[in-house]
Amino acid sequence: MKAAVIVFPGSNCDRDMKVAIEQSMGHSPDMVWHGDTSLPDTDLIAIPGGFSYGDYLRCGAIAGNSPIMREVVKKAQSGTPVLAVCNGFQVATETGMLSGALLRNANQKFICKDVNLQVVADNDRFVGEFDAGQIVRFPVAHHDGNFYADDETLARLEGEGLVAFKYADETGVVSDDTNLNGSRNNIAGIYNEAGNILGLMPHPERLISEQLGGTDGKTFFDNLINSLS
Amino acid sequence: MKARVTISLKNGVLDPQGKAIEHALHGLGFEGVNDVRQGKIIELDLGNISADAAPAQVEKMCTQLLANTVIENYTVELLD
Repeated sequence: MKAAVIVFPGSNCDRDMKVAIEQSMGHSPDMVWHGDTSLPDTDLIAIPGGFSYGDYLRCGAIAGNSPIMREVVKKAQSGTPVLAVCNGFQVATETGMLSGALLRNANQKFICKDVNLQVVADNDRFVGEFDAGQIVRFPVAHHDGNFYADDETLARLEGEGLVAFKYADETGVVSDDTNLNGSRNNIAGIYNEAGNILGLMPHPERLISEQLGGTDGKTFFDNLINSLS
Repeated sequence: MKARVTISLKNGVLDPQGKAIEHALHGLGFEGVNDVRQGKIIELDLGNISADAAPAQVEKMCTQLLANTVIENYTVELLD
């Protein structure tokens, strides 16, 4: 099993992602610089969080056009699993690998806290250890996490089981009160149609040990690495 | 040849920054303001490109990078 983490100027969760993958996989992933034009042989590509290119123009827009992303898109289209977290999710929507877009949070604030998420779709590769409807706790840290898709796209995501996570309360209720950033239908994460790309605003890589406040992230990465090994 | 690209959020897409500006204007006494939408302007110096080639070139820039057509509209103005 091999993994690669893409590093952009301004990425700031690339090392967290590396540690999380390392802990579950037993060895280090390859760290791949944005200017590279080829990817190493890999079974998983992770696009980490941060503020790639300073979020200039739009979050993820410039990173989405960087040389390495052309290769990432090609690999993703041929079925390589991709995990796109936070800024990585923004990059993935900018490239068209995932539907929709991430807008400024409705309350205009940078939100940094642990949140409850309802696991919506049962995608064994990414969330096999969790059951649909289960609540997991990952942190969010974003200013632009307000998921937007037009009505037609939203209906397709919901209808085809492509919604991965929704912002919920600790009992699993999904409501306007638990919608921390204004996302349509409380959406925190989605899959592509083929189910090999997961984009989500919350950060599973930040809760991988009791010392950090929780282990739902470790369960997430253990499952992901196991399912790909 | 120069070009000016104006980018704005599509109708129906929430614009929290526009809303914040609207509230601030109301606070200043401009109660008549019904709605505010914030956008951006990008000015391009295209060098010696011909007037015939420029529109298609700028159009390509808009769709590939300058605007995200999932959420944004854009208009292009060519300037001499």
